[in-house]
Amino acid sequence: MTTIINLPPSLDDRTFETVLEHLAPVPLDEKVLLDGRHTRWASPYGLTALLTVAQTRAEKPALVSPESDETGSYWARTGFFKHAEELFEMHGTTHRARASGESDVLLEITPVAKSEDVHEVVGRIQQKSSSILVKELNIDAKATMGFAMTLSEACQNIVEHAGRGGWVAVQTYRWQKRLGRRVVVIAVCDAGVGFRQSLESAQGRRMSDRWDDGMALEEAVIRGVSRFRDPGRGQGLAGVRRYIGRWDGKLSVRSGTARIAIVPSWDEDVPLEEKLPPFPGAQMQITIPERITDR
Amino acid sequence: MINHIDLSTVLRRTVCDLYSDLVTRPTGAAVRDGIEKQLSELGERSLTVIDFSHVGLLDYSCADEIVAKLLMRYADTNAPRDAYFLFRGVSDSHLDAIETVLERHGLAIVAQAEDGTVVLVGTVDDPERRAWEAMLRLGRAMAVDLAREAEIEPEQVERVLSALCRRRLAMELDGSYVVVGAVT
Repeated sequence: MTTIINLPPSLDDRTFETVLEHLAPVPLDEKVLLDGRHTRWASPYGLTALLTVAQTRAEKPALVSPESDETGSYWARTGFFKHAEELFEMHGTTHRARASGESDVLLEITPVAKSEDVHEVVGRIQQKSSSILVKELNIDAKATMGFAMTLSEACQNIVEHAGRGGWVAVQTYRWQKRLGRRVVVIAVCDAGVGFRQSLESAQGRRMSDRWDDGMALEEAVIRGVSRFRDPGRGQGLAGVRRYIGRWDGKLSVRSGTARIAIVPSWDEDVPLEEKLPPFPGAQMQITIPERITDR
Repeated sequence: MINHIDLSTVLRRTVCDLYSDLVTRPTGAAVRDGIEKQLSELGERSLTVIDFSHVGLLDYSCADEIVAKLLMRYADTNAPRDAYFLFRGVSDSHLDAIETVLERHGLAIVAQAEDGTVVLVGTVDDPERRAWEAMLRLGRAMAVDLAREAEIEPEQVERVLSALCRRRLAMELDGSYVVVGAVT
């Protein structure tokens, strides 16, 4: 039996929860078909999370690509289909990449599994991001290095903790509905062990009665706790938090059944959401908005 | 003798000859290992310039592996040798990562600006800072002179100077003291 799950018209970190809700009751070895025919837009999170979902299934899932040429072309430009073809049984229209003025792919969807991948990602983002961050998002030229550092630390979370490879993508686009400004968005998703299990693996660690995914996220993201006893560990996520604080950005991290967010004034998200449908691994999204200047 | 280590050269030699960014913990650990190999070929006491001039990006993980762990090893009472470090070519973005890891571990370094002036970066308490700055003004100086210049009680100054030497921020030379970097 195949379970058909319709992808939402707009596929981002919030709407992806509906996909996970439908997936939750389906046994891992049962076939699922993700129907993206009516999907018109997807964020880097939406696309990397789709690939991550495929990694979690024992039975290779099927995916129907979007009917819209514009959407399909964008998905092609992000490199999505190249990876999806290996993880999904593909159906529907084959799309080719076309140039577009509204969204810029700063970093195509890139697999991250080892330290060398992080070097490659950092090298590529520095070449491409500098002028866009400065000219289009009014972010100080000096901050572009911080942006690459943030990306590096986010990717290292996969290398150091996930136990299996994941995905990273970076894109800028105009976030008309929520913000009315351009944003640059980093999405880093993996289907690894997740924060709770990673912290549980720390030697001699004592868990409280309340120990769950939400608490594990609070420990790691807010308090900088790591599974390693080395006191220098845990600085990566602290650095990411400092960077987003400096640039009025947003950080959200989902792992297992919980999601934690550092919420800026321009957003109405909640700091912690629990009892979400399960999703293995960790999924991180970093959003930096265009700076408003007095020009 | 002053030893010079160009980090970009160590990076290319120990990790990959195509890299110019110091990112990831494994990279940092490999570079630190390369530095320690060079240090092991020097005498019992050495001053080494750690040069960041040709390094692109430095992330927190790499800064922790290279700067913090190197300092912790040589500031320890069981350090393999009496090694001192002067950090050169440190850009603002490098400094962001370095300051963060130094603060995390309660460490400090001596950094040299392009014009040759040296500054303390990291966590230093007030008497240490006053003694170090006095040393910088006076050049090579005796404890009694430093106590007067830094306005530190004579009975406290030995402890403060000893801490600065242990933390690799100053060197003792035949009973007098000098700031690391002032002897280059």
